[in-house]
Amino acid sequence: MCMRYSLAGLLTNALTGNRNWKPVWREPEPKPSYDVVIVGGGGHGLATAHYLAKEHGITNVAVIEKSYLGSGNVGRNTTIVRSNYLLPGNEPFYEWSMKLWEGLEQDLNYNAMVSQRGVLNVFHSDAQRDSFVRRGNAMRFNGADAELLDQDQVRALVPFVDFENARFPVRGGLYQARGGTVRHDAVVWGYARSADMRGVDIIQNCAATGFRIENGRITGVETEKGFIGAKRVALSVAGSSSRVGEMAGLRLPIESHVLQAFVTEGIKPLLDTVITFGAGHFYCSQSDKGGLVFGGDIDGYNTYAQRGNLPVVEDVAEGGMALIPAIGRLRILRSWGGLLDMSMDGSPIIDRTHVDGLYFNGGWCYGGFKATPAAGWCFAHLIATGQSHPFAAAYRFDRFASGRVIDEKGMGAQPNLH
Amino acid sequence: MRITCPYCGPRNLEEFTYRGDATVKRPDSLDESATEAWVDYVYLRKNPAGLHKEFWQHTAGCHAWLEVTRDTTTHEIVAVELASKGR
Repeated sequence: MCMRYSLAGLLTNALTGNRNWKPVWREPEPKPSYDVVIVGGGGHGLATAHYLAKEHGITNVAVIEKSYLGSGNVGRNTTIVRSNYLLPGNEPFYEWSMKLWEGLEQDLNYNAMVSQRGVLNVFHSDAQRDSFVRRGNAMRFNGADAELLDQDQVRALVPFVDFENARFPVRGGLYQARGGTVRHDAVVWGYARSADMRGVDIIQNCAATGFRIENGRITGVETEKGFIGAKRVALSVAGSSSRVGEMAGLRLPIESHVLQAFVTEGIKPLLDTVITFGAGHFYCSQSDKGGLVFGGDIDGYNTYAQRGNLPVVEDVAEGGMALIPAIGRLRILRSWGGLLDMSMDGSPIIDRTHVDGLYFNGGWCYGGFKATPAAGWCFAHLIATGQSHPFAAAYRFDRFASGRVIDEKGMGAQPNLH
Repeated sequence: MRITCPYCGPRNLEEFTYRGDATVKRPDSLDESATEAWVDYVYLRKNPAGLHKEFWQHTAGCHAWLEVTRDTTTHEIVAVELASKGR
């Protein structure tokens, strides 16, 4: 991939008031038709476009986005990447995603600030230690890295954690050193630039308003910029899957929920890993600007409002205080909410639909960001070949009817509990 | 969000437990041919952006099951009825 940036270019632009930078991708008008139209210009949609072009040579592709690129969930998450799953249907997929993260910047020639600062899940009891051992073994069986840390080893990593908490003393942790964080906006921009350079048309401010289906086969997408013909259409609109899918007659095993996230004022370096609380739902990392970025449970009711309510704010704050008491000295700068496709078993779907030529990628619950590269990889494979990729072979619609659900938390068909 | 319980009056959200879509119908448990209806009942949802009929239980209050009509795009609660009403 060609170089666009250089020291000379940087100096020249600095001396001319930074007025002459060229846009990183084109803003084309839609052509009358494409081989593939991807609905949704978030991380997953753009990754799908990148891998369709790069791995499968399919470049007559449009990505349509109702707002600006990365305006949805890819800009609303807590940027954590990890592959610490338990079940066979999940772990190989997320480990492949981890491997793609590790090579992403070289693949895209773009600084996505991939930071493998580690993900530490602390445990608080013998029973929880046993379950974390089991999870760590499942990870290692699938080629991921996992390390069981005792209390002293956790203390060396995060000395400010409340080890002697009366109710939830920290006994140790499961540590994935290869996990970490990635600059989420840069992921969008990197994939967009790469797809655009390979000929993919990225069309922003162009919402899909309907689908044209003839004799059970998709023929194109109605949009705010008119009809766009397509041999294949790929939905990548997690958070809004039901309302977009409904236009094509899909009835999905998904509820839309909101997950809130928070960032504090910036402080000096404190936390150089990602840490999660084992006795409640709380996870935290420190951004490069110094703010602690953290979140917890979903609000737990159907919503499309992109904002949550105060009981969950309190719950998250309590989790934070139980794990890192010092966090109470910090002021919260901002909070925000992102929409989630909460699926009925807590696992995603990458599959064909009952409409020929219409493909679906969604149901990512609150874990879509870490899956971005592998979801794009596997979705592109499905669109290009018509076959599920082996790593995503379990992510099918029919697993619900057949009973082959992938229920990491064992909660049953209760989307708000996953 | 506050929900006005018919027995207890307006109460805070954390007193209530959510139980999802109130429009799905449980099939006849004796009908062995109702597999598809069961899949639909257990797993498939309309998940509308707009008015949504949903069950809430006043678990930290009177324990009544409620059928709430709420706008999922604004969180505005349009109606609250006892779930037993008309069932």
